[in-house]
Parts: sequence; C-alpha cells; structure tokens
Amino acid sequence: MSGTDTSRRRFLAGGAAAAAGLLVAPGVMLLPVARARAPEEPASEAQRWGLLIDTTRCADGCDACVRACKTENGWEGHGRPATDPQWIRKVKVRDPRTGHTQSLPLMCQHCRKPPCVDVCPTGASMRRADGIVLVDKHICIGCRYCMMACPYKARSFVHEDVHDPKPHAPRGKGTVESCTLCVHRVDAGRVPACVEACAAEGNGAIVFGDLKDPRSEISQRLARYGGEEIRADLGLDTGVRYLGLS
Amino acid sequence: MKPHVHFREIEGRSPGYWALFGLFGILVLAGLAAAHYMETEGHWVTGMSNQIVWGTPHVFAVFLIVAASGALNVASIASVFGKARYKPLARLSAVLAVALLAGGLAVLVLDLGRPDRLIVAMTYYNFKSIFAWNIFLYTGFMAIVAIYLWTMMDRMGRPYGKAAGLAAFIWRLILTTGTGSIFGWLVARQAYDAAIMAPMFIVFSFAYGLAVFLLVLLPAYGWTGRPLGAELLRRLKNLLGVFVAASLYFVAVYHLTNLYAAEHGSVERFILLEGGVYTRVFWIVQILLGGIAPLVIVFHPKLGTRRAWIATAAALVVIGGLGQMYVTIIGGQAYPLVLFPGKEVSSTFFDGVVAEYAPSLPEIALGVGGIAIALLAVLLAIRVLPLLPERLDDPLVEAQAAAAGEGSGGRTEAAAGSGEAAPASGTAG
Repeated sequence: MSGTDTSRRRFLAGGAAAAAGLLVAPGVMLLPVARARAPEEPASEAQRWGLLIDTTRCADGCDACVRACKTENGWEGHGRPATDPQWIRKVKVRDPRTGHTQSLPLMCQHCRKPPCVDVCPTGASMRRADGIVLVDKHICIGCRYCMMACPYKARSFVHEDVHDPKPHAPRGKGTVESCTLCVHRVDAGRVPACVEACAAEGNGAIVFGDLKDPRSEISQRLARYGGEEIRADLGLDTGVRYLGLS
Repeated sequence: MKPHVHFREIEGRSPGYWALFGLFGILVLAGLAAAHYMETEGHWVTGMSNQIVWGTPHVFAVFLIVAASGALNVASIASVFGKARYKPLARLSAVLAVALLAGGLAVLVLDLGRPDRLIVAMTYYNFKSIFAWNIFLYTGFMAIVAIYLWTMMDRMGRPYGKAAGLAAFIWRLILTTGTGSIFGWLVARQAYDAAIMAPMFIVFSFAYGLAVFLLVLLPAYGWTGRPLGAELLRRLKNLLGVFVAASLYFVAVYHLTNLYAAEHGSVERFILLEGGVYTRVFWIVQILLGGIAPLVIVFHPKLGTRRAWIATAAALVVIGGLGQMYVTIIGGQAYPLVLFPGKEVSSTFFDGVVAEYAPSLPEIALGVGGIAIALLAVLLAIRVLPLLPERLDDPLVEAQAAAAGEGSGGRTEAAAGSGEAAPASGTAG
C-alpha cells in the first residue's frame, strides 16, 4: 500500500510512458492503458475511461479496493458512519428467490449522461471530455442536489473539517465529493488505486481502460463477455460496467 | 355610491406589536446562530447525513417558497380574474408573497455547505439545472411583485397594474413548476420522478399561501380593531376549502398512479403503511390534520362562520403542509435507492435500509427562523407602508365590487389614490 506514493513520485520525476509499463501491478495483464498526459494538454474525447468489474472474481469480505481508495485519496472518516464519506463501498447483492449472493464494489459510475451534472446549479459537477465525472471543489456551493440526483448513492458530503488533504485529491468541508477514477493517476498514465489493489490481492476483478479503444483490454473483454450497467434502465450509459451481475 | 378604500399603516406602538416584534426578532437571531453553528462545525452536528442529504431546513424552505407563490393568489384573483372585492387585499398579498419567499430562500442559502459562496451561485450557471433556473425565477419573482406593488401604490404605476398582475401570475405559476420539478425531475428516487409533482405543488401553493394569508389577515385586523367583513371572510375560507380539497385530489392521484405500477409498490407500502414516522405524518398530519379537518371546519355551518375556527383551519393547513413536505422530502430520501430491482442489498453505506433521521435543534431553529424572517418583514411592512385598508367591512367591499361591475373587469379601487394615509384617526395597533 505505502509503496504507491513513492512510486508515483518516481513516476512523475522520471519520464511518463516508460514508467507506466514498469508500474503495472503483478497479477493482472495490463496493456499500456493510458498515456501520460502533459499538464497543458486537455483531456480528449478520443478516450473514454471506464472500469469493468468481474463480480465472479470479486471476493466476499475483501475490501482491498476500498482501503486503497481511502489511502490514495485520504477520505478517512471520523467513526461516524452516517456522515463519513465513502467514495467506494462493497455491496452485497442477494436474490431473495434463489439465495444467490454477489459481492461487488460500487463507486461513481462515470455516466455519459450524469444526472449529477444535469442538476448542479453552478456547473461544479462536470464531466471531462474523457468521461471522468468530477466535482470542482472551488465552485461547489454544497447544495447536495447532485446527491439527490445520483441513482448510485456515489457521492458524499463533507460533513466535517478536513485535515491534511492529499495534494492530488482536494477536499473541503461543505462540498460534495466522489470517486475521481483516480484522475491524477490516469493523467499520469497509471491505473486507479482500486484496480491496482485488487490486482495485488490476486483477484484482478477490476479492469481499467479506454472504452473507445477497441484494442484495449477492457474493450476486448466487453466484446467477448459482455458487460452490464447497474440501473441500465435509466439510460445513463455508465463508464463502469459489471460482469456476472444477473 | 362610490366606494372609498383608504389604506393606512398600522400604528405599531402597542405592547402587543413590540412583543411580536421581539419574538420574531429572537427567532431570526436563533436561526442565524443555528446556521453559523452548522457552518462552523460542519453538517455532522445536524440530523442530516449522506443518506438524508436534505433535512428539516429544506422542509421549511420549500414550504415557504411554495406558500410564497400561493400568497400572491389573492392579488391575482383581483387583477387577473377581475374580482374587485379582493382588490383591497392585493397589497398585503404581494408583500406577504415577497416576505415568504425571502424567508424560504434565507433558509435554503444558510443551509448550504458553503453559504459564503453565494456569489458563485450568482455568477456560475448550468442552465440545464432547475436550481439555476430557480435563482432567476426567485429573484425575478421578487422584482415583478415589487413592480406590481408599485402599480398598486403609486398613481403613476396604476395604468400598468393589469399587465404587472398578469406577469406576476404567470411568473408564479412557472416558479412553482420549478419548485415541484426539483423533485419531479429526479429520476433516481422512487418517491419522485413524476410529472405530477409540478402541478401538485402549484395546487399546494394555493392552499398554503391562502392559509398563511388568512393567518396574517385575521390578527392584523382583529388586533388593530379594524373592521373585517364576514362576507369577505366567508369567501376566503370557502376558497381555502376548495384549495385543500384540490390538494387532496392531487395527492390521491399521485399515490394511486404509483400503486398501479408494480415497480413503485414498495415505496408506496413504505409511505402509506410501513414507514413508521413517515406513515404517521402522512395520515395524521398531512391528510387528517392538514386536509380533512380544515375541510370539515371551513364547510361546517357553524364553525365555518367563527373567526377563531377559520384561523384554526388555516393553521392546520400550514401544519399539514409542513407534514406534506416532511413526507415528500425526508420520507422520499429515507426510502433506499433501488440499485438492483428485485434484489436485496447491504453495505457499509446503508444500502438497502431505511435511512434514520431525527430533526436536530439547529435545523429546527434555522427553519423556524425562516418563518420568523417572513413574519418580521410583514410586521415591519404594515407599519411603514400603507398596505392594509382601514376598513374591510362588508358594505364597503361589496359596494366596491358592485361599482367595478363584479366579474367584469377588476377595476382599481376608487380613491385609493396613493397610499398616503389620511390623518390617523383609527385605533391602529
């Protein structure tokens, strides 16, 4: 876990693309998923970043992805579950008719038509050209309308003072936050922390990649095995897809 | 005989006036203190959470905003629908509308996570957001009603009265459509996502607004010793009855439509049968106290003629309205999101369970503070502006209606002139 940060620095110090290959976590076959993006280079519509989560490989009781996200983005709580933030959580799904259970991680689904972005009065909720849905902490007024609108309960309101936020993951009391798809890592050509942690755990249940690139692993897996959206009936075209949901 | 309606400020020197002033002032200060506490400590000190993201402040705020547009109805009946007998009430109607809106907006803004960023909300707009529209709808409402008030109170503005009244009426319909659509357009939640929300909120606004209007009108005349005609009151309380009945009709249609759809069966079971406090508030506060009881009172042959009972009915409509908002806003969030239809879900983030919520003192103080802001503004306005006719006895009101050719045109009252009061001779406040 703790190696993540130093490797990130090393990566940022050294050149971009070459390091991306070296950093690939063991246990998962990752094609070069992302090319490091120079700070002045805008996010491009040529990509659409997404996740494919194989629920059959997601272990019940394992929360490596949640812990990794918490460490990476610094959203530790105050021991108050009702008001503490949760950018990612493990959800147990049970079919009452058959008793069949599944376990899966749930986070911002990075919709192509995100209701949170539609309802935000100031435009603080926004969708980048490459599909990552974010909150601009500078113009979020804390009205929480996005939280009312999100079908996935993916967003949290910061109910308390924040101490020592990570430089790459700004947080502030009175604003709303959610999974950023580790945008700081993606822009540096790396995979999100949850993906890395799941792979390190040996489960390899989460694949990150470019949904628009037919050669990417995520696209190839989706082409081969299919993939479902949670609440596909809402027509939001989520960037996070699941395998083995039903 | 040509009827004369004289508008005059209330004196506002009685101990009663200052007692009310002090009470509302303290409540406003308590509300501001609560908001300050919530902002400095963070919202964890309230009952709100990541499950119930909108709480008691929003119950009060939405109620006040909905009531605001409805409070303008009395003025609209006079100017848009040409009922001259309501014309003398139009000024109070307009001022009350602006005051209620100001109270509601204050609560909404002070509950923001970052109320200090109000300027951001005024400078950054996402026009796909109904909230962004509302910023224009609310400020526009205040401006239009202010102009409307000017046309009523200044001889120069009088020629524009009809146009301003019509503009204000149309604007208020759009405004309440916007308020209802805050919920109606939320696809994610089972209790919302319904087109009927907008028209239903408009009908609620008729009832809430008139109820608040009566609750201001009755003491404003009773406590200052100014005459208020029984016939005028009879018409107003009957109108309240019609609006309450229409509200019940919309609530029935909303729930029946949901009950017919299998996918909404569980949320309906939650609100109507198994929702604990929400079920109780729905049946006892919203339906029984806020709907059936006022209907019985206002249409009862004896009770309906007594002022104390009419005021009771109006107060019950307000209580029922707050109950309605509690069920809609908090009950609608307490019912868990349906992530996997037909499946059971559980997590560390309260998925699949009914969210717990109890109103906290700061939230209640802020909400009540919003009401106090509205009432304090009205209390000041009727003291410094000639808003209330000196007399509203039936012969005067009926003569005015007859002179205008009732129902044919909504002519302005004769001799109302500017609001400059005649030398005080009444027994005001």
